[in-house]
Amino acid sequence: MAKELKLMKGNEAIAEAAIRSGCDGYFGYPITPQSEVMEYLMLEKPWEKTGMVVLQAESETSSINMVYGGAGAGKKVMTSSSSPGISLMQEGLTYLAGAELPCLVVNVVRGGPGLGTIQPSQADYFQATKGGGHGDYQLYVLAPASVQEMYDFVFDAWDIAFKYRNPVMILSDGAIGQVMEKLYVGDYVPRWTDEQIRKIAPWATFGKPTTRDHNIITSLELDSAKQELHNLKLQAKYREMEKNDVRYEEINCEDAEYLFVAYGSSARIAQKAIQLGREKGLKVGLLRPITLFPFPTKRLAELSKKVKGMLSVEMSAGQMVMDVRLATENRCKVEHYGRFGGMIPTPHEVLEAMETKIINA
Amino acid sequence: MTFNQEIIKPENLVYTKTKVLTDAVMHYCPGCGHGRIHRIIAEVIEEMGIQDKAICIAPVGCSVLAYNYFEVDSQGAAHGRAPAIATAIQRLYPDHHVFTYQGDGDLAAIGTAETIHACNRGENIVIIFVNNGIYGMTGGQMAPTTLIGMKTATCPYGRDVQLNGYPLQITELLAELPGTCYVTRQSVHTPAAVRKAKKAVQMAFENQKNKKGTSFVEFVSNCNSGWKMSAPAANKWMEENMFPKYPVGDIKVNGEKVIKNA
Amino acid sequence: MAIKGAIVVDTERCKGCGVCITACPKDVIALAKNVNGKGYNYAEMVNGDCIGCAGCAIVCPDGVITVYKQQV
Repeated sequence: MAKELKLMKGNEAIAEAAIRSGCDGYFGYPITPQSEVMEYLMLEKPWEKTGMVVLQAESETSSINMVYGGAGAGKKVMTSSSSPGISLMQEGLTYLAGAELPCLVVNVVRGGPGLGTIQPSQADYFQATKGGGHGDYQLYVLAPASVQEMYDFVFDAWDIAFKYRNPVMILSDGAIGQVMEKLYVGDYVPRWTDEQIRKIAPWATFGKPTTRDHNIITSLELDSAKQELHNLKLQAKYREMEKNDVRYEEINCEDAEYLFVAYGSSARIAQKAIQLGREKGLKVGLLRPITLFPFPTKRLAELSKKVKGMLSVEMSAGQMVMDVRLATENRCKVEHYGRFGGMIPTPHEVLEAMETKIINA
Repeated sequence: MTFNQEIIKPENLVYTKTKVLTDAVMHYCPGCGHGRIHRIIAEVIEEMGIQDKAICIAPVGCSVLAYNYFEVDSQGAAHGRAPAIATAIQRLYPDHHVFTYQGDGDLAAIGTAETIHACNRGENIVIIFVNNGIYGMTGGQMAPTTLIGMKTATCPYGRDVQLNGYPLQITELLAELPGTCYVTRQSVHTPAAVRKAKKAVQMAFENQKNKKGTSFVEFVSNCNSGWKMSAPAANKWMEENMFPKYPVGDIKVNGEKVIKNA
Repeated sequence: MAIKGAIVVDTERCKGCGVCITACPKDVIALAKNVNGKGYNYAEMVNGDCIGCAGCAIVCPDGVITVYKQQV
């Protein structure tokens, strides 16, 4: 594969990846700090290059329902937004999950609650990983920590979305969305032809041929017994994700006595804190969950038998720390350190928190 | 007792249910207009030979299960969102015939934004709007189109303007938008009305074939259960009360407002 | 030359709403005294005056009426 080196914002990388990964449609609504995604697409005019449809909708509610329509018709479709807009999309997301539709939703998280702030945050962890809308459902959640991962995860998202017929969320934050970094981009993946869609998504509503009954995309089943069966099928799917598609990264874990657990921007900060800690002779490491659902529960359970304590570093009041505690089952001390409302912790304060809350506590 | 049984032969057949409707028994109340409107649409799809390109977007409301009756690929929308869903599919499959089927609560209350913006963008879709002035599915509550003074479960003393505002003539509103090509109001309470309404639906799908923009067909219909009347009485009440507020006829044809004689 | 018509009602699917009765110009249809499996008094032909105009079938909400016509 030919690789080209680019310098881009995280948000632009998402847009470039959409075009190059054979995405059929992007539907969105502007919101800071992710507006560059649609701006970049509109400048690039992918409809002339690959035939990709790009449309600015009247709201996030409308965008996510456009995604529902396109996904139900077997197309690779996506949207992106930031926290308040993602809240508006929760209705659409639960319908997408209920109707088992593959799609990609990017959340470039900003501080909340409410209108909050436009600065980076990780306070939408619960919303992303515990369903978000009504009913028992899960999104597959990827957490990029670099501009390169913003790009790469778009490709991964299509694989997972169509493998499980499930919405995939890229849970980023305002820092990763806005920062400019170098990244390698690869060849264009062609958009699927109608024939390919018929094979890959035979369940989709692309027009009824005479050879089959009509396809129906819906999340409604009024017969409770059947609705329970449908729910069991969804749960089985989530268990499969937990079995086969958990992703994480370990940094300096081999000899670590103390672990940072952090994803996205916080993982980048924790990495620097490790460097500072190691300089002081502290045996610190990092477990970076790449998938937030499914969560690396098993690996954290194993590590909890080896280390003396873990510090969950998040730009939130303490959300992922709940999952870390569930995974470690009191085998080691688990604490949380976070800044929130748009504030970003420094590596020094993160290391200090490790020392005061875990090592010297 | 039987009559004229000797003429019942295939060569004498003049009317039977179209194959673009499934054999599922419709869940609608006896006498409901939905069944007739479904059939008109299905007949037009059959006659135009577009069954393999037709995609139905069903709403939330009484016609939530419409996808069980149309023998075409279908999607069930969240409440009010059908025009957004139709927008995406039509843009991704520009030669298909995507149509939404929506009630007054779905289209003119919760989905007002989706409706107006799809029409304003001139999406090349067909919107079928069934207006019976009431929420049927949830048990007869007030709709945006409920007439002043009309009693429903949530305006039990009659719709009061001070409390509930005015009935929304969304069809006239949509005719003002440059994106709409064809805007019409029809009914299906008599054989003549059904025949006329079918021509309107046909024109809507023809416009779509010729990529002329949004075609919007309102049906003033009955809800005999919600109105608490027999079906024939509901049709009569509709003529006397609904038609003065929601007059039947074309409002906009080929992008031009129809000038009515003063 | 006269026209003779006949209707066939799918009685099990008929909901007895009576809209066809109002639509019939020849007063050929009435609701049966008997009921179908769902408990509805279904529509039936009560005389031979049918002209096969199909008005009943066109307004039938449930599409349960099939119409035949012959020149005699």
